[in-house]
Amino acid sequence: MKVGFFPGCSLEGSSREYNESLLAIAPALGLELAEVPDWNCCGATAAHSLNHKLALALPARILALAERAGITELLVPCSACFSRLAATREQLTRDDALRGEIARIIELPFTARTKVLNVLEVLALCVKDGFAQQVRRPFAHKVACYYGCYLTRPKSIGTCARAEDPQEMDEMMKLVGAEPLDWAFKVECCGAGLSVSRTSSVAELSGRIVADAAARGAEAIIVACPMCHTNLDLRRSAIERHRQAKYALPVLYLSQVIGLALGLGERELGLHRHAVPVRLASPAPAGGEPAARPTATVSQEQEN
Amino acid sequence: MPGSSHGSAHADTLPAKMRAATGESVFNCYQCGKCTAGCPLAQEMDYAPNQIVRLLQLGFPELEEEALKAFSIWLCLTCETCGARCPKEVDLPRIMEYLRQESLRRGLVHPKAKDILAFHEAFLDTIRRNGRLHEVGLISQYKLKTLHLLQDVLSAPALLLRGKLKLLPHKIEGQDAISRIFERTTDHKEE
Ligand code: SF4
Ligand code: SF4
Repeated sequence: MKVGFFPGCSLEGSSREYNESLLAIAPALGLELAEVPDWNCCGATAAHSLNHKLALALPARILALAERAGITELLVPCSACFSRLAATREQLTRDDALRGEIARIIELPFTARTKVLNVLEVLALCVKDGFAQQVRRPFAHKVACYYGCYLTRPKSIGTCARAEDPQEMDEMMKLVGAEPLDWAFKVECCGAGLSVSRTSSVAELSGRIVADAAARGAEAIIVACPMCHTNLDLRRSAIERHRQAKYALPVLYLSQVIGLALGLGERELGLHRHAVPVRLASPAPAGGEPAARPTATVSQEQEN
Repeated sequence: MPGSSHGSAHADTLPAKMRAATGESVFNCYQCGKCTAGCPLAQEMDYAPNQIVRLLQLGFPELEEEALKAFSIWLCLTCETCGARCPKEVDLPRIMEYLRQESLRRGLVHPKAKDILAFHEAFLDTIRRNGRLHEVGLISQYKLKTLHLLQDVLSAPALLLRGKLKLLPHKIEGQDAISRIFERTTDHKEE
């Protein structure tokens, strides 16, 4: 399957392991990714907060460039970018006059015909037949699948069948041998764009998520969004200070889990780039020492 | 109650302008409170989400201004929980977005929101200059704007250690086009 690819800014920087792991698993899944030439930032929460037109124009330029490159389906792995692109496409498909105005602003012809797909949709299309035979090392761990906001909401762009208790990522985890848990914070917000400007709110919201996953016996939280990863992983020491508790629970991108199951190496999948070390009880993936169950070993190199 | 312009949607009321700009009507809301029940930040807000709507429903300019001055509209994460659960399909995240932009335009931003606003502005500055986000540039801009000079706002050492921070920005080829997009979409503040 060949699709267009919009990595987005985080995947070039603070979440490069998401990019690395996606690129690493793509060949095994028969997934060919064509990056949008000269893409720009989608504007994220900032444009969406301060300037409605800008918040449409920046994603529209990306979609217009994809269109020009002949891309009909575009994979947007970051859930937050996915939400901005899909919402822009949805609004500009409904409103011809506004679409015309935006096309003039971005100086590119724009029909909004390129379809925007999130990572769950694309992986579901790839893992259909014969995938089970490719699983070399089942990821035999209890996992809490965390969807956050933008894979399920708003209804106009969400792609999960059950917005309050989505199952798509859980199904994917079963395919690679994991045991997805029933838990309460699947679709709660992590604090998103307040990570820097109001870390205290993020510590509270992300703290509730980590605490519930830990209380239910999860060995890892699985995510599909760089912002969620940052808040649950990089902000772990803020969470621990806020809750006066330690949590060793690592946070993995679902592409990293699939990669481990396919037998790829930890470095190749960027596991060493996390703030919370990924140490899983055997039958753990290759590399690393045969560690005990994840206990209180939390990296101390964060925020000091 | 303050004010005298009691009543509903005259063309110059905030709800009427909002409706013209966004298609959203605050009069669809019947104050069930479901939005607030699910809002992750309701506890930290000065006005809960349903109260923000209420301020706009009553037809008093003073109360409309109170909504524009609220801290809540800046705290809102656009998590979309309220919108997804509202039995009347009120698009509250869209209303919050409109209120933020109107608050900014009229210079009514809540003083406690200055860090949040500074972060958004620093973020957009780096996009205007480079076309893509440059995290190091963002951090230094944010620190300058907020004077949080010593705070390690992005856990930079942890990021550097893991090869995640690029020191120099990547400028895209269409940089000029991006600057023009910013120019054409930037509203000018009220004099
Ligand atoms: S959920 Fe909808 S109807 Fe109920 S109070 Fe909130 S906005 Fe109003
Ligand atoms: S979108 Fe904003 S107001 Fe609505 S639930 Fe989320 S944080 Fe609260």
